[in-house]
Amino acid sequence: MGQQCPGPHQAGRQAVTTGTLNPRLAEIVDDFTSLPGKERLQLLLEFSDDLPTLPERYAAQRDLLEQVPECQSPLFLAVEVDDGDTVHLFFDAPPEAPTTRGFAGILHAGLDGLGADEVLATPDEFTGQLGLTDLVSPLRLRGMAAMLSRIKRQIRTHRA
Amino acid sequence: MALPYDSAAKFQDYAQPEVLVSTQWLADHLDDPGLVVAESDEDVLVYETGHIPGAVKLDWHTELNAPETRDYVDGEGFARLMSEKGITRDTTLVLYGDRNNWWAAYALWVCTLFGHPDVRLLDGGRAKWIAEGRPLSKDVPERPPTDYPVIDRDDTQVRAFRAQVEDHLGQPMIDVRSPGEYSGELLHMPDYPQEGAVRGGHIPGAKSVPWARAAAEDGTFRDRKELEAIYAGEAGLQQEDDIVVYCRIGERSSHTWFVLQHLLGFPHVRNYDGSWTEWGNSVRVPIRRGDRP
Repeated sequence: MGQQCPGPHQAGRQAVTTGTLNPRLAEIVDDFTSLPGKERLQLLLEFSDDLPTLPERYAAQRDLLEQVPECQSPLFLAVEVDDGDTVHLFFDAPPEAPTTRGFAGILHAGLDGLGADEVLATPDEFTGQLGLTDLVSPLRLRGMAAMLSRIKRQIRTHRA
Repeated sequence: MALPYDSAAKFQDYAQPEVLVSTQWLADHLDDPGLVVAESDEDVLVYETGHIPGAVKLDWHTELNAPETRDYVDGEGFARLMSEKGITRDTTLVLYGDRNNWWAAYALWVCTLFGHPDVRLLDGGRAKWIAEGRPLSKDVPERPPTDYPVIDRDDTQVRAFRAQVEDHLGQPMIDVRSPGEYSGELLHMPDYPQEGAVRGGHIPGAKSVPWARAAAEDGTFRDRKELEAIYAGEAGLQQEDDIVVYCRIGERSSHTWFVLQHLLGFPHVRNYDGSWTEWGNSVRVPIRRGDRP
């Protein structure tokens, strides 16, 4: 069972969804919030470094990717749902935008390979639970929330 | 003791050649005592990916602002910050960063509010250093804390507040945002949808000169003749003008402030850091939409 995280940085006016974090995302949230501020940035950098490179079929045909204009730096993503209803995520962001890459890396580590229902159940507000709001500016976190909502929308479109 | 100035020929044409150093100068002086190099970036993680060896990080978002008052740090906060970075009042401080030194220029402007005597920009910033294949390091330097004095922030010389800008209407103003923000088609800067204002447009009378025009393709500042053609020629600024520059929150306009004040030598240039996020949202202040000033 996913663990419910209270999210100390929750903005009151944000719509609250009732989903729970899947165990992988919950562990990532725990990893971030158990660290002091500066080390959280270091961890974010590790997610940035670990973001898998784009597979050739997307690198060769970039119009298959969806841009996320809410991000402050160029970020493109692709979502595949296979016959077993498993979600596969692909991201592309330049190395000179490590914060954006780091957020993509968190979503990849926390959601890639899960079932479509599990991804759709991810609470929209989880990005505020990482303890990064005061470190990287809320704007960038909204970019991450936008990535998540676009991923969900693509899954829903795929199912429709 | 201040380090020697960079005698590169290009800089000698500027009004104040001493405010810039080249990548070569920095490479030659990197180990000199009396020098601190600080990186200030738009992306807060870029420093961690590798920086000029020995450089400290100066973060605009968490270190220079005082969010409770929507202001900058006060004299004590600035002294504490400089001490933590190992900077003394005598230090030659060289700033650089990503995106044409956008945030580095902002940090330099804040240092100017506290009158730090010797602060310079690395011409071409981070991009040029990397393009030249110069070394980067992930080691975070440990510098002993210093005894930086508490200096009162002086907001009267290079900073403008909203009421002053209202009084300034009709006098020279430069809006450095993108053309779409200036005309009012965009309520925010391209790719930054959340930093918006309820009204789109510009301050009446302000001329549009997007900030990045001052930079060449390699991120260095354009030479003096090119800059004069833009700011004195196209924008019609005159030497004795009282000039206000602004953007969205005052960071891009710090870059233009630097160009006007230090490279072209206009003596009266103020940066309105409240900028469009304040003006565009304010009650009973006029705006203008469209391409005309």
